[in-house]
Amino acid sequence: MLHVKDIHFNYGDFPVLSGISFSVNEGELCGLFGPNGCGKTTLFKCCLKFLKYHTGSVHMAGEDTTKRSIEDLAKVVSYVPQEHKPPFPYLVREVVLMGRTPHLGGFFGVKRRDKEIALDALEQLEISELADRPYNQLSGGQRQMVLMARAIAQDTPMMFLDEPTSALDFQNQMKIWETMKDIAAEGKTILACSHDPNHVAWFCDRVIVVSKDGIVADGPPEITINEDILDMIYADTCSVRKSGDIQIVMPRSIAPASEKSSIYPGAEETYSQCEILETKA
Amino acid sequence: MTEIASIKKILESLGYEDVAGFSEYKKIIILIVIAGILFVSALVAVVMGAYEISIQNVYTTILTHLTFGDTSNIEKLHNTIIWDIRVPRILLTIFVGGALAIAGAVFQGVFRNPLVEPYILGVSSGAAFGAALGIVFPAIFFSIQLSAFAFGALAVAMAYTLARVRGETPIVTLILAGVIIGSIFSALVSLLKYISDDTALREIVFWLMGGFYYATWNDIWMIAPIVTVGFLILWALGWKLNILSMGDDEARTLGVNPERYKFIVVAIATAITAFAVSLVGIIAWVGLMMPHASRMILGPDNRFIIPASMMMGGIYLIICDTLARTLTTSEIPVGIIASILGAPYLCYLLRHKGRVIFG
Repeated sequence: MLHVKDIHFNYGDFPVLSGISFSVNEGELCGLFGPNGCGKTTLFKCCLKFLKYHTGSVHMAGEDTTKRSIEDLAKVVSYVPQEHKPPFPYLVREVVLMGRTPHLGGFFGVKRRDKEIALDALEQLEISELADRPYNQLSGGQRQMVLMARAIAQDTPMMFLDEPTSALDFQNQMKIWETMKDIAAEGKTILACSHDPNHVAWFCDRVIVVSKDGIVADGPPEITINEDILDMIYADTCSVRKSGDIQIVMPRSIAPASEKSSIYPGAEETYSQCEILETKA
Repeated sequence: MTEIASIKKILESLGYEDVAGFSEYKKIIILIVIAGILFVSALVAVVMGAYEISIQNVYTTILTHLTFGDTSNIEKLHNTIIWDIRVPRILLTIFVGGALAIAGAVFQGVFRNPLVEPYILGVSSGAAFGAALGIVFPAIFFSIQLSAFAFGALAVAMAYTLARVRGETPIVTLILAGVIIGSIFSALVSLLKYISDDTALREIVFWLMGGFYYATWNDIWMIAPIVTVGFLILWALGWKLNILSMGDDEARTLGVNPERYKFIVVAIATAITAFAVSLVGIIAWVGLMMPHASRMILGPDNRFIIPASMMMGGIYLIICDTLARTLTTSEIPVGIIASILGAPYLCYLLRHKGRVIFG
């Protein structure tokens, strides 16, 4: 579905991406995981043609993205940015309706069906009560939910999400990840970046770990999220423990001493600690 | 309420459907009401004037002309005052106010800034320079209007070229480029004022204040088609303009090429502004205020803001111009009235609606 081959990109003389290659299969929920400033957002913007990369190629749904027009690309891929605030008080329902733009025909092409799809998207995320609020007066988290609804309304085979849960409370974080899983189960392809190692480990089918030097690991989360790799990108700050079958990443300073990746006998205790950790995040 | 229901029924029979709370029919009704106010204010304005003519005479004259009736039994003086002076003047105020207000709405949307006015890219300074050239050197620049239009458009073209970096036109550079070009042309206008003789200087100052003194039917035949076509195109691009006002990356995500549409809408908005300015001089505030006022009434959707701004720009200038020509025995330049009326309105906006409108 998505094939990225040997992408190079510099901001001026400063190299950000040097030789990134990966692919994502259809129906996969793929997490992109890496420290601040490693070029995750830049990589997204290169794939979406917001930025012009210097060498390499991006293929989406079997076609080189440089050969697609902006109108055409918007039917293939939708994008949820990290943060966005427009100056005009558009209502939430109008912002979500904007997601239908690539499918509108003619000049006044907003049809009954498009409005219904927009409202359904709000319904799906259980934020229908926001429909009549001005979008630019919502909190950062609410805006993130609205942008997610807009991407759902855009109804594309691929979705790019740039830290979709960064401003959300615990409940909404889970809601967004569950929604992404549902969407992927419908056969759509999702590439989402996140700063939470637990989220990508718990919800993604696959995780690509990026550092400043490029991709360091690519595969199912059981393989890619482990102490060796986390030590490499986060300089010895994390420990990985298990609570039952569930893998949990926690700060090394509070992690109980134990054998690496072995089932910790006091599993319940560990779990309650993690819950506290999560709620703070 | 029965009227609202019946209008809703008419809209439905025309194929319009209202889906779950988007309530666009309310906005359509508001547009119809604004159109009504525009019509009424034009009818009132045409009766007012320094020379008193009875209401009945005024409307009979207009009706006779509209129905291509026999105009020979209308008093000559009345005919001239009403049909050759007042009617074209009122039509000109409507088209000029409309042009400036549409351009303002479009610029505010494209620049993602509700404090932008249509002169932001230097069209007014360019036009002022062109007009001043025409006034000071009438032999070389035979038409003040043409020269004003040409230099107004030139100024914007220069700003746009200056702002273009690697195939993109970021908003910040565009506004900065507009400020730079604007100040160059303002300096050139000052230079022309400095070297011109007293009569020319007086004429330049008068032109800069703006006014509808010399409105003729010829002006209407020129401005009406241009503003109407520009309006229809921009109105049709209303939804795209909504998307553009979300930002460049957002527009790309949603399949709207920001560079292409920015260029199209800025070019059209500039053309109608330059044309309006070349006919009547520089009239401030309309282009800033009327889009605001429309947004307060109708919300930010440009599909409704563009027609509403056009009509409200017309209404506002009719009021200002009628005051300008009736308040005192000699005429006050309309730009002065427009500013005096406009400033308190913006103060009100800033104090009371600041948080909603200015984000």
